[in-house]
Parts: sequence; C-alpha cells; structure tokens
Amino acid sequence: MPGAIYAEGLVKTFGDVRALDGVDLDVPEGTVLGLLGPNGAGKTTAVRCLTTLLRPDSGSAVVAGIDVLKHPDAVRRSIGLSGQFAAVDEYLTGRENLQMVGQLYQMKAKAAKARAVELLEQFDLADAADRPTKTYSGGMRRRLDLAAALVVSPPVMFMDEPTTGLDPRNRQLLWEVIKRLVSGGTTLLLTTQYLEEADHLAHEIAVVDHGHVIATGTSDQLKARTGGERVEVVVHEREDIPTASEVLRGFGKGGTTVEDHMRKLTVPVTGGAKLLAEVIRELDTRGIEIDDIGLRRPTLDDVFLSLTGHVAEVKDEENGKEAVK
Amino acid sequence: MSALDAVRVAPATNPVSQSVRDSMVVAKRNLIRMSRIPEMIIYGLIQPIMFVVLFTYVFGGSMQIGSSTSAVDYKNFLMAGIFAQTVTFATASSGAGIADDMHKGLIDRFRSLPMARGAVLTGRTFADLVQTALTLVVLAVVALLVGWRVGSDGSTDAGRVLAAFGLLLLLGYAFTWIGALIGMSVRTPEAATSSGLIWLFPVTFISNAFVDTSHMTPWLRHVADWNPFSATVQACRELFANPGVSPSDAWPMQHPVWASLIYSALIIVVFRTLAVRKYRSATA
Repeated sequence: MPGAIYAEGLVKTFGDVRALDGVDLDVPEGTVLGLLGPNGAGKTTAVRCLTTLLRPDSGSAVVAGIDVLKHPDAVRRSIGLSGQFAAVDEYLTGRENLQMVGQLYQMKAKAAKARAVELLEQFDLADAADRPTKTYSGGMRRRLDLAAALVVSPPVMFMDEPTTGLDPRNRQLLWEVIKRLVSGGTTLLLTTQYLEEADHLAHEIAVVDHGHVIATGTSDQLKARTGGERVEVVVHEREDIPTASEVLRGFGKGGTTVEDHMRKLTVPVTGGAKLLAEVIRELDTRGIEIDDIGLRRPTLDDVFLSLTGHVAEVKDEENGKEAVK
Repeated sequence: MSALDAVRVAPATNPVSQSVRDSMVVAKRNLIRMSRIPEMIIYGLIQPIMFVVLFTYVFGGSMQIGSSTSAVDYKNFLMAGIFAQTVTFATASSGAGIADDMHKGLIDRFRSLPMARGAVLTGRTFADLVQTALTLVVLAVVALLVGWRVGSDGSTDAGRVLAAFGLLLLLGYAFTWIGALIGMSVRTPEAATSSGLIWLFPVTFISNAFVDTSHMTPWLRHVADWNPFSATVQACRELFANPGVSPSDAWPMQHPVWASLIYSALIIVVFRTLAVRKYRSATA
C-alpha cells in the first residue's frame, strides 16, 4: 500500500527547463520526509504538484489516499500547506487571518472562531492575536502561517522551507512545533536547503538535484554511503605537520588530507573512540602539541558533495524563483 | 487511518452556495483591509474631485456642448463623464490588490484550500464595488456643491437618477474584472497599477465623456460612439436629463441604457472567465 504521500514519475517542464524530471517519492504515514536540495533543484515544484497548485506534465501522485490529478478538491480538504513566504494578510490581525482560513476550509463561522483561539494559544500568539500581522516579527508571522496550515488538523502537511530567513531561536521554536505535530501522527513533507534541518527533523531524506531524486535514505544511511568516520587533528606548531601526518598514516584507512593554513589534518578511519585514544597517545609520545582533535562523522554537506559532485550551492533568490516558475 | 477518514472537512453541499459564501469571506477580508488603509480611499477620492473642479472651472467657459457654450451647461454635461471615468479607475486598485496577493503568496494559500475557484477574485471585485459606491456618493456630493443639477435639460425623477448610478456601478464592477485579469497576469502590484491605468486614458478620453463628439473627426467620432464607455455616459446623461446627449445615429448612442447593460454584462462574462482560468493555473 502506498504511503500517505506517494509520487511516481512526476515531470514538469517550464519552457526549456525541466524542473521535475521523473520524481518518485513514498512517505509512510506518520513520518517526515525531508526534501533536500539547493535552490532551483525542483523542491518547490514538487510541493506545488503534490498540493494541487500545479499540474504535472506526466506522472501520478496520491496524497492521503486520494489521487491528486483526479480529485484535487478532495486532496485540498486533507492537506495543509505552509509555503516559502508567510502567506498571511498583513492588514488583518492574527485572529482574523485564522478565522478566514477556517471559513475557507468550510468551517462554520463559530467553529472557525473557536479554532482560531486554540491555535493562537498553541502557537504562543495569544497576546498578539488582535494586532495586524504587519506588526509581527518574522518568526511570529511564520508561526501564524503554520497555524493557518493546521486549521483543520490535516493528516498530511507540506512545508516549503519553513525556517528560511529565521534566526536560530525562532528556528528552534519552529522545530519544536514541527516535532510535536509529527508525534501527533501527521505525515509531513518538508523541503529545506539546510542540511542540519533535514538531519534534525526528517525520518527519511530525499536528496534532489536538477529535478531528480538522486538519493534517498535515513540520515545515517546517506552518511554511510559517503564513507565512514574520520579523525581530524589541529596541531599547535606548523612544523609538526609532517610528523603528525606520519602518525595518522599509520592509523588511517586512506590518504591524509592536510590544510596547511589551518594546521589541520584529516584521515579516514574505522575503529571509533578507541582508535581516537590511541592516536592521542601516539601523538603525545612523539611530543606533538595539539589544539584540537576529534572523531568526525560526515555531515550532510559531505553527502551532498559526494552525490552531486558540487556543494549545495545557494543560488541567489531570483534565479531560484525563476527556476521554479 | 483510511483515505476516507482523511477527508475530515465535509464537502460543501451546494457549489453555488459555497461559491457565494467563500466570495463573501474573501470580500469581508478585503473590506477589513481597505478600512485599515484609509489613505487608499482618500487618494482614490482626491483625483476625481480634482477632475470635477479642474474641468468645471478651467474648461467650463470654453467648451461648446451642442450649440451652447455656457459654463453651466458644460458643468451639467461633464458630471456623467467624470462619474463614469471614476468608476473605471477601480480597475487599477483591484488589479494591484490581486497582484499583491499573488506576490505575497496568498493566492497560493487560497488555491491550496478547498474553496470555490472563483471566490478569491469575486470577493475582491465585490469589495471594490463597495469602495466604488462610496466614492460615487462622495463625488456626487462634491458635484452638487459645485453646482451640478439633475433635470437641468428636461424632467427626471429619483428612480431614473438611481438607475443611472446603478449603470455606473455595473460598469465599475465590469471593469474590476479587467483589473482582476491584469492583476493575475503581471508580477508586481506596481505593474498592475500602471498597466491598470494607462489604457483607461484613451478609453475614457476617446469618448463622449468630456467633449461633444460632434466636433471630432468622423473616424474618431465613430470610435467614440461605439466605445462601451460612451454608452454608459450617454445613458447617464439621458437619465439625469443633463444636456449634451449625443444625437448620433450609432446604435449604442440611440439605445444607451441597453447598450450600457449589454456592454457591461459582456465585459463581466469575458473577463471573469479569463481571470478565473488564469487563477486556476496561477504560478506565483
């Protein structure tokens, strides 16, 4: 049985640009899929196809058990969408915004009112409920936008770069909200450019580049694909680099990389913490003073680099927008 | 959870009543918005008031209406034209409002909701209609203050005057749908404002609004006589019993009330269809 979000062979072209070039996705109910990729990779286009905003040229999609192409209206009743921009009316108050969305989800006026109160409370916006949202901070606006997407507690949620442009504190807050949501059984598809975010929130990650899903798996699986752990050493004196390099070669499973200007040496290893202790002892025996040493696991940045051959570059906003048009 | 459980929001019973209800929710939203940006309404009023005053006092003495060059006749002739021009300017505000919603991602939000497909635009045009009506009331008061009188060229009654205002509102409403299409087609509110206004100048000037068309060169007069905008102006003059009703043989000038109704209805049908189609496939 397909998951709560299922897509097969989604293709969407805009003129010469193949924004989606055969995307397959399968998100089991109650889990989070992180769609990870740089701007212009096709993340937003994928979300727009799955949320009925855009009709794909070919392929099929099922959301909450409903065929997206055949019954878009039924799909719209079962999803919540929080787009890239906080889509709230800036001249309406937080309360008015939520009431309006509730009514447009076909709730009765009274029910929409009650739900708005609940959500404002839950998203810590009760104090600002009757102020026009243009007086809100970016983080508050984002929270309101998210609340608007949750008015009917939809079983399936889509969030397109929910934390883009937020400061670290607000990002943390939003992450907490998202986790609470998922623990309540919601299925979530989340796009992000932040590797850390996907790592933190997603059960499974799909890496997208140029309209393709180029890899899927858990964060750990993806990291394992890029190779295992490595030891990083920063020596105190530049002249110790050759000796340190020799020591590391003895423990390493491959070549040692040296970043001269940072006095940093890196070597791939297997053996974990025990091996790290041995390295420290050996360096100590040779009288090499170290500033920093650690066992590093690959980051999703490394994953992205090894999968695509380029770093997850962030194109400028306008180009990114053009590419999803 | 099965697929059926997932559909927690009951489908609307009747698409027409859903459409009306959704449109009203959106109209309410736009009216709240307008009430919080009063400067928009004020600026919307300054221009037509300025036109009334400038045309009355600057052009008043030098314009020939029929065989009369009296400033009083021109004043009474002019008002139907200014009223009609004013209602068409709602095009720009409706276009800018919709372009702004596109730009800010609100159209995306609306399109992801299980609401009637035409409601976002219909709601906006309803709200603009309310604003147009308010503007007309203020303008009519200003017109009366500078000396405009109905029945100045024959008799009329309150019913006919109200009918004239009805035609004006219908024309204004029709033009907001042109604005809706413009708003859905351009990328920024600024572009919507300017592209919503520019073409209105030839449309409102190559008409019977400000001058007697019998002084125009024949081909231009022909354009003016068949201009949908002229039909409403002519109808208003007739209903207000103001001077300067064009004696042209062109059908819309002979049957201005019918012509005005038909033109406005046609504009609504065509532009509503195009604008809603655009909305359905909109990509912000």
